[in-house]
Amino acid sequence: MPIRNTLLAATLALSGSLAFAAYPDKTVNYIIPFGPGGESDISARLQEPVFKKLTGQSLAIQYKPGAGGAAAWAQLNGMTADGYTVMGTNLPHIVLQPLQKDVGFKTDEITTLFWFHYTPDALIVPADSPVKTLKDFVEAAKKAPGATTLSGSGTNSANHLAQQQFDKMAGIKTTYVPFGGTGPSNAALLGKQVSGSWGYTTVKMQLGDQVRCLGVAMEKRHPAIPDCPTFKEQGFELVGGAYRGVAVPKSTPADVQAKLAEILGKINADPDFIKKMEEGGFAMLNVGPAQMGAFMAKVKAQYEALAKEMGITKK
Amino acid sequence: MGSLEYLLSALTPLNLLLALAGVVAGTVIGALPGLTATMAVAVLVPFTFAMEPASALIALGAIYTGAIYGGAYAAILLNTPGTPSSIATTFDGYPMARAGSGDLALTLACLSSVIGGLVGAGFLLVLAPPMATVALKFGPVEYFWLAVFGLTLIASLGEGSTVKGLIGGCLGLLLAMVGVAEVGGDVRFVGDSKALLGGIDIVSALIGLYCIPVLIELVATPVAHLDATNRVASFRLREATSILRRGKFNLARSSVLGTLVGILPGAGGSIASLVAYSEAKRASPRRDNFGKGEPDGILATESANNATVGGGFIPTLVLGIPGTPPDAIILGALLVQGIRTGPTLFTQQAPIVYTFIWGLILATVIMLPVGLLIGRFAFRSIVAIPKAVLVPGVALLTVLGSFAVHNNLHEVQQMVLLGLMAWVLGRFGFSASPIVLGLILGSIAERGFVQGHLIGGAKGSVWGEFFGRPISLGIIVFILLGLLWPWWAARRARGTGGANA
Repeated sequence: MPIRNTLLAATLALSGSLAFAAYPDKTVNYIIPFGPGGESDISARLQEPVFKKLTGQSLAIQYKPGAGGAAAWAQLNGMTADGYTVMGTNLPHIVLQPLQKDVGFKTDEITTLFWFHYTPDALIVPADSPVKTLKDFVEAAKKAPGATTLSGSGTNSANHLAQQQFDKMAGIKTTYVPFGGTGPSNAALLGKQVSGSWGYTTVKMQLGDQVRCLGVAMEKRHPAIPDCPTFKEQGFELVGGAYRGVAVPKSTPADVQAKLAEILGKINADPDFIKKMEEGGFAMLNVGPAQMGAFMAKVKAQYEALAKEMGITKK
Repeated sequence: MGSLEYLLSALTPLNLLLALAGVVAGTVIGALPGLTATMAVAVLVPFTFAMEPASALIALGAIYTGAIYGGAYAAILLNTPGTPSSIATTFDGYPMARAGSGDLALTLACLSSVIGGLVGAGFLLVLAPPMATVALKFGPVEYFWLAVFGLTLIASLGEGSTVKGLIGGCLGLLLAMVGVAEVGGDVRFVGDSKALLGGIDIVSALIGLYCIPVLIELVATPVAHLDATNRVASFRLREATSILRRGKFNLARSSVLGTLVGILPGAGGSIASLVAYSEAKRASPRRDNFGKGEPDGILATESANNATVGGGFIPTLVLGIPGTPPDAIILGALLVQGIRTGPTLFTQQAPIVYTFIWGLILATVIMLPVGLLIGRFAFRSIVAIPKAVLVPGVALLTVLGSFAVHNNLHEVQQMVLLGLMAWVLGRFGFSASPIVLGLILGSIAERGFVQGHLIGGAKGSVWGEFFGRPISLGIIVFILLGLLWPWWAARRARGTGGANA
């Protein structure tokens, strides 16, 4: 028996290293856990040509939407673990969803290899709003608690968390109105159905001069919207947004994982790719395998504390 | 019109070829139950990345408009909407096909689609920037009332008993609640099933509710699927044009309604065709014939849903807010192409925009011959194919279509279960349409209600929010008209009858 086990292990190791030597030698399926047309889709579409340039292989982008991504993530570890099936992952989704209810996966079961960018939270008002600055905004909200309505892309989304965080930091009370996605939320903003919107830098890029950006949740100002100040420079420690990464089924061979993470890092370093990403309002991020543990521990602690405060954790 | 010069740049051989290929591909995809316009556009987006922006847009617009039209085939010939936009086409299309006029119904659908498409694209060409503001006037409350307006259609669908229609509508509303609430995040009616967290998918429900009962009936009865009446199928163009001439006001009204609904980011082709249908029915002297094979019903739904294509592009291009789900994908494709939509697009990128709009108009015109030819082919095949081949073939399509929704088996299971349920309910006189209306409109109504309630609460006046806004009041008037009109008409008819006697 031991001999057979050793043989088996040797075969596995061999096939593993063979896969490594050649990886990727065929098309890689890239599953997006959302529908087409969203930011996750657009990012994947922008990664595809660079992936092809670097490896000579294509990324076949597929969609598996459902339950805010959970339908796909619940199936991830049951998929073929050879490195030819990879899946987009998103924060805060993969932390918040298992906290709220049993969605068929746990945060630690999702093997994210690389977080490649994020869409920083941004507080946005219509261009002709009497609210000119973040200071005006806080004052108005203090004067009439709850009367400031802010549209957002959905309950428990990243921008909903930002609204909760900011209200706490500023000591104000605003009303978050969840819409079914960024599109309807933007329509409500432009139509002045709401006083403003918790959106992302991408929203500001899309809507341009029709809106004014009061603050972005970044360490430094976004290169494509330099006239929008960060929350930090206005005295609020708010940095965050919706993060996007790539994960694999957990039994994917370690060397394949390493190779894939390396490719993703190289894509992220491509100047043309960076330019397109930043023009779209995305903020680049490079969290590879080396930093993954510390990064996940940090965001998990942060989201868990917030979820507890918002009362959305399951009993 | 300064934009006429761009007609020439749209007329390059490549663009014409793309428009033709797009319309054909879109029509075929749209005709297959389960494969929607959204999917058609999503699947073909990658092919456009290598093209010039204007050509890419023309190809995508052609696919989109073709798919919306293609949905009518399955609706008319199989009583199964090929896309959600053609739900209302089943109301009169299938009865016409059963009565031996399937070919006429298909020709009418094609002509109405072309007219609706041209009206929608015409508005896009001439009035896009001012019309875009319409999209912004609609707040959550207006969407709530619009959905309620759609629901009142159940009362006047006219197939079977009203009480059973209302019960079916309530069942649909309940189905719409299943899963994680979009607003609020509550988990409802899921039991322990993770598969239900995402809710009941509308496309798989459509396929199940409409198609499965048809398949079961086909197998259970010995008669032929459609009555071919020993007559060779033709275009029946002369008959069709006289019907169109008679229904010109209906066509105009439905096309404008379709354009307007298309502009609204929270509503799409399904609502547009329902609204147009109910208005056509209310205004028609042949009101009682609606739902039993009235050609005017097809005129209304098919012109309205194709008008949403042009209408939907208005907020997409002017505001950067997608008017319909396929527009969201096209917007994404534009971003990848490096084009920023927004108010300045029409001035700074005028060549691209106007070349595209002319391309869309050309594609819509191309749809006329293409649609007529494919329609005749589809009709002949459906009539000629023996049931032993037709039934398994369509059954396979239902499984493929519902699987393609999310690349997931859950939707296939949902589709089959809902289909069996619809068949059993059908034996007791409940039809599928009220259930589907409840399912589609329930989530729109709920979303609008909760958002309106939140905003009204923050303003300190919930009642004022729901009943104090001009557009809301306008929609409420139409709701009341829709509900009271049949009753009033009946009363008046009785009254005059009594006076004569």
